[in-house]
Amino acid sequence: MGIEEAPSGFLLTSVESLAGYFRKGSLWPVTFGLACCAIEMMAAGTSRFDLSRFGMEVFRASPRQADLMIVAGRVSQKMAPVVRQVYDQMPEPKWVLSMGVCASSGGMFNNYAIVQGVDHIVPVDIYLPGCPPRPEMLINAILELHAQIQASPLGVNRKDAAAAAEAAAIEATPTSHMKGLLR
Amino acid sequence: MAEQRKGRPQAQGKPRPSAQKAAGARKAPAVRPAAGEVSFDATDAEYQSLIPPRRGLAEALAPVAGFGVTFSSMFKPIVTEQYPFEKVPTKPRYHGRHQLNRYPDGLEKCIGCELCAWACPADAIYVEGASNTPDAQFSPGERYGRVYQINYLRCIFCGLCIEACPTRALTMTNDYELAGPTRAGLIYEKSDLLAPLGEGMLASPHPMVPGTTDTEYYRGDVLGPVVDQIAWVRENRPDDPTLAGADRAAASRTAGGAAR
Repeated sequence: MGIEEAPSGFLLTSVESLAGYFRKGSLWPVTFGLACCAIEMMAAGTSRFDLSRFGMEVFRASPRQADLMIVAGRVSQKMAPVVRQVYDQMPEPKWVLSMGVCASSGGMFNNYAIVQGVDHIVPVDIYLPGCPPRPEMLINAILELHAQIQASPLGVNRKDAAAAAEAAAIEATPTSHMKGLLR
Repeated sequence: MAEQRKGRPQAQGKPRPSAQKAAGARKAPAVRPAAGEVSFDATDAEYQSLIPPRRGLAEALAPVAGFGVTFSSMFKPIVTEQYPFEKVPTKPRYHGRHQLNRYPDGLEKCIGCELCAWACPADAIYVEGASNTPDAQFSPGERYGRVYQINYLRCIFCGLCIEACPTRALTMTNDYELAGPTRAGLIYEKSDLLAPLGEGMLASPHPMVPGTTDTEYYRGDVLGPVVDQIAWVRENRPDDPTLAGADRAAASRTAGGAAR
């Protein structure tokens, strides 16, 4: 039994906030630059922007020692299985940040070669627009992800949250019925 | 089959000249070593460094000389930007989030022409125009943008939409903090993009300034809401929060002697 299955009650909420605090405090990204966004991702690690202020200067070259995948760049159809494999190799808990418009939706490359959004392959926790996003935008997205991690539920609360999300997804209007860009 | 038969005699014929070459190479070792072997002749002469040897204090400090870089960098200014706590402003023409502007009297500048959507290389903009009516005049002239959406997960911030806009309705701000947890949430609607009402502006819809056309608006002859417009809004939307500010703006402008 890990902390994921802790019993509910005030103890669980305390454990949740503590685990969230520790998890967000040392988020290690896996080195995963696919295109030009990777240049800005590297810049975010340099001394001018200094990601190590948030405990994540270590860009792990090994997915098994990482818990954040920053998909930086357009994902081609050929690269898609590799992305999925790197994601599968990362241990739980893990998060995915889709950096830049190409990774998030295909961007301006609406063609046969590019996956139209990395959420077709892996579950994405936060999307970051920009072409490429400046390092401040990346840091902003990471900080929003930190807030998500801090508030992430565990145990019974986690199951409840997952059930609620699934119910909401079933109730939601399908995008095929929506107007405009969601159509 | 025929090609193979043709090919074989040639292949058999070839080795002869190459065998002669190999025999010639075998004679060479006295002058030049064959591939894969290492000649020790060159190392026989003692190595001479081009760097002059250090003496005295320099020689003693040589093992820790690398720390000189570390110590000298301690006295250089700190380059790190404390981003979320102290935001360094972008360059003034940085391409950030879009904004749909308004004329000084509060009418929207967007006329729903869709030129921005046509210019967009990423197909990120969706516009649906509609006709202005006397009851609901949102922009000067015939048409206004009823639906205006920008998909920020497609937009590459190139600014071609800004160049295409005939009324300068669409411009870019320096706002770059756009990250979000869902794809649907990053499609910005007109309500998200529309510029907030400035000082003395009257919320649309309301009629145009009497006696003007969209040309006067475009030329910048309209400086703010006039009494007729305020009266129309007071009649149709008595609770409008922008009425008081518009009243003050109109009064100060008539006192200043401006025509419109």
